[in-house]
Amino acid sequence: MKHDMIGDPLNRVDGRLKVTGGATYSGEYKIPGLTYGVLVPATITSGTLVSMDTKAAERAPGVLAVITPFNAPKVPGFQPGAAKPVKGLKLFNDDQVHFNGQPIALVVAETFERATYAASLVKATYKAAPFETDFHKNFDKGVVPNEGKYKDYVRGEADAYKNAPVIVEQDYMLPSEMHNPMELHVTIAFWDGDDKVTLYTKSQGVIGSQRAIAGAFGLDPANVQINSRFVGGAFGSSLRTWPHEFAAVQAAKLVKRPVKLTLTREQMFTLVGYRPLTIQKIGLGAAADGKLVGITHESHSQTAVYEEFTENAVNVSRFLYASPNANTRYKVVPLNVGVPAPMRGPGEATGSFALESALDELSYKLKLDPIELRLRNYTYTDPERNLPWSSKFLKECYQQGSERIGWDKRPAEPGTLRDGEWMVGYGIGCGAFGAYRSKTSAKIKLLPDGTVNIQSATSDIGPGTATSMTLIAADTLGIPADKITFELGNSSFPVAPTQGGSQTCSSVGSAVHDVCVALKQKLNSLAGLPTDSTAAIDYSSILQKLNLPVLELTQDSQAGDEAKNYSMYSFSAHFAQVYVHPLTGVVKVKKLVAVVDGGKIVNRKTASSQMIGGAVGGLGMVLTEEAVFDDRYGRYVNGNFADYHVPVNADVPDIEAIFIDKPDPIINPVGSKGLGEISLIGVAAAVANAVYNATGKRIRELPITPDKILTTT
Amino acid sequence: MNPFNYSRSSAAAGAIQSLVKEPQAHLLAGGTNLIDLIKMGVVAPERLVDINPLPLKSVEKTAAGLHIGALATNSEVADHPLVLQDYPLLSLAINAGASPQLRNMATVGGNMMQRTRCNYFFDTAMPCNKRVPGSGCGALEGYNRMHALFGASDHCIAVNPSDMNIAMVALGAVVHVRGPKGERTIPFGEFHRLPGDHPEKDNTLERTELITAVELPASAAAFRNHSHYLKVRDRSSYAFALVSVAAALDMDGTTIKGARLAMGGVAHKPWRLHEPEAFLKGKPATEATFRQAAEIAMQGAKAYRYNKFKLTLAPNAILLALQTASA
Repeated sequence: MKHDMIGDPLNRVDGRLKVTGGATYSGEYKIPGLTYGVLVPATITSGTLVSMDTKAAERAPGVLAVITPFNAPKVPGFQPGAAKPVKGLKLFNDDQVHFNGQPIALVVAETFERATYAASLVKATYKAAPFETDFHKNFDKGVVPNEGKYKDYVRGEADAYKNAPVIVEQDYMLPSEMHNPMELHVTIAFWDGDDKVTLYTKSQGVIGSQRAIAGAFGLDPANVQINSRFVGGAFGSSLRTWPHEFAAVQAAKLVKRPVKLTLTREQMFTLVGYRPLTIQKIGLGAAADGKLVGITHESHSQTAVYEEFTENAVNVSRFLYASPNANTRYKVVPLNVGVPAPMRGPGEATGSFALESALDELSYKLKLDPIELRLRNYTYTDPERNLPWSSKFLKECYQQGSERIGWDKRPAEPGTLRDGEWMVGYGIGCGAFGAYRSKTSAKIKLLPDGTVNIQSATSDIGPGTATSMTLIAADTLGIPADKITFELGNSSFPVAPTQGGSQTCSSVGSAVHDVCVALKQKLNSLAGLPTDSTAAIDYSSILQKLNLPVLELTQDSQAGDEAKNYSMYSFSAHFAQVYVHPLTGVVKVKKLVAVVDGGKIVNRKTASSQMIGGAVGGLGMVLTEEAVFDDRYGRYVNGNFADYHVPVNADVPDIEAIFIDKPDPIINPVGSKGLGEISLIGVAAAVANAVYNATGKRIRELPITPDKILTTT
Repeated sequence: MNPFNYSRSSAAAGAIQSLVKEPQAHLLAGGTNLIDLIKMGVVAPERLVDINPLPLKSVEKTAAGLHIGALATNSEVADHPLVLQDYPLLSLAINAGASPQLRNMATVGGNMMQRTRCNYFFDTAMPCNKRVPGSGCGALEGYNRMHALFGASDHCIAVNPSDMNIAMVALGAVVHVRGPKGERTIPFGEFHRLPGDHPEKDNTLERTELITAVELPASAAAFRNHSHYLKVRDRSSYAFALVSVAAALDMDGTTIKGARLAMGGVAHKPWRLHEPEAFLKGKPATEATFRQAAEIAMQGAKAYRYNKFKLTLAPNAILLALQTASA
């Protein structure tokens, strides 16, 4: 395709709605007769609910129902032997408490305030059991996950690094991190009779939500309507249907009225996942010339006793660098905690922090520039799968990024560059994330006035999906973007994958491309032209000429065998310039440069915003974010927005996003590989490596807070 | 949150009477702390007496110094020309706290009454002697990274979270209060108290008293040209101090004629450093002098498992604050 408009910086098509309050988010729908649900959390960490006293709550003003394990109507999908069993925690289905904060009751009342007050009156009697939340104490209880892909991986010889002339062997720790999107998780649910239900819910995938709700309640998916038109951030926390969403549906059925259930900020720390606490060991062995001899990457991360969570923490070490020997081990440690969830850049961000930090340590041992070390281990094919890359421009990323950050000013000797009283350093960290494409369907409608409407059941959690899809359609049809509307976030639209894994542009973009091509072909054939005619079409007159009121088409789009024959990844190189104060230990990131090989960039403006957002997420990961547990009680001690520190505007430096912008010739017709994850993957290592360059202090436990700078020698 | 009664009071006498009549009544000013505490179930007042209509907002010059009404907002005080001119330290400290939205609502009196941000105080499912006397101190053996170095007791190691208070105590402010028996004044340094056996009591204000004003002495304007508020925190804004330092010097060339020094984030009350102040008087403003002052300041410091770094950070912060103030 010729890409006349793809890449143009188009403003967000829904930008005005968002900044003027005109965008209606899931919790803002005015539904007649709406009631409010508030969850009651357990205050023990493991054990059994013996009894519950709900009398005072039930008598409180405006209360409609108090749902507990002792009176909850059974949810079919929660029962043993269910046709479509619900995975994970099943609220109010039994008397077991697996973690502190697990909901043990749901109060439904006429107002949110009345439900909140009544919830405070629910009293529970427990039989507490011993519990384990201390990851470090339970480290040795790590198990290899059941899923085959997490088995130990060996290429060549395991632990070959140990016999190399130059060795790095270190542990890296990442604490649990919370997604903490601005918008709270919320669900409004209401039934129409016994077999139809509608939800307005915060979701990254309305089709996934539809299937989950239909499965749990034994409904025909066609009778489950999911709406999630606008999402105020999610970062992976809305990839699945969570227990509170089922609870809202269950409660709406019981009270026979619409129920809105909004989590509190505090509940967001226990009920909607997080990036799990992880300790990784990296072993790197190199020859004196910097060529890697062996890479070993081991990871232990926490999971829940009631559900296993896994992610690709160690995979990056198998393919990012050439090494004849590489091996990985991955284990999870089950604890009495809420289950984790993928969080932007999921395991790859965790793994990249460890690998890229270790590589930086190796560069100092070798007295080699960190970029030169990466170049000496550059790989032109995927060493894990022995396949060609579909495209890879990581070298170009190194080059452009080092120019933009001013890499030539980086001191080879750490702790030697100053600006006034501040210590100055530079660092690099790289990332890779699989470029995926899932089967997607889109519907196009051409109206007599020449305007076009396209629908697909995808989501927009922030990247500007409707905007990029509009550009792809405009480019493919050859009409101005303002003649096109793109709709998403509705389960009655054609099937699209969940917005996760950086695959929306690739998957939905391909479907939009293909349905536009199909429309052109249809119009050509109706006009008696060869279907592949490239003659200009006058969309504003063609339907009248053909005497048609409307033309509507639906088109499926999916990958062929590409993924079998090629390794497909997006790549990124992040560069940081940091200032560290020797007296206070304060780290100020002065500049970040993100250079990305994400294939063809569809909209430079929203793509830049996406990169900046991901970089800020990486800043939080490396400098401020840490969910702290008190293992005596099994509770978070900083489970609120004041004490859990996401970066504030004043922490965010000048961030420059640079795109290689070369279409991938293999993955899809648009040539786009995806940006969502690689915008974050590598940022933490870039900053941590720059801190070392500035100070000579290697901090291997995130976040790098002032206390660690002051107490690390 | 419990159901409560709400009333507005337009006269100080009426507000005080409400406190006398109802032992569970609380005064409501900006509400930036109290409303949070009510929502979290940490406090459960039976009545909120909204004192915003009281005429206690004025900031004006008096014979004694600068009179700041208790209901003046933090923003109004921080931006006030007389404050900026004579007491810039106070402006710096206020602007180092919270966020613009909060400072627009928060009042001087309310800021003084702000409760600790100790995580165990805020979580009703964990023990806290300040919230429930006798329930134990969760922080003592728990996550005490933000906690005290000075003046703590085995019952409570929490710190006062205010930035404004640190500048106020350094500048030698005087608190004006009014109760059923009339008016009295309290030196700012004696307004807040150490936890001792009664951590539930943050300060020496009687339950039936109302803060009407804070007065900054005219003599403290001598520090106007050499003052600095340094706040070290985990992120650039909207975070409580790991350690903060209010430093104010009266300089004659390179000689220190007089000094005021106080620390935040290290004690249950704003921590005035009288001995280092006395030490600095008459000394040359050099790094060596400042380091010695910092060393004196740290005498008697006691750290816990997670806040040992403050033993390094606090003297460093004193040094840096004094260097900046003297420049």
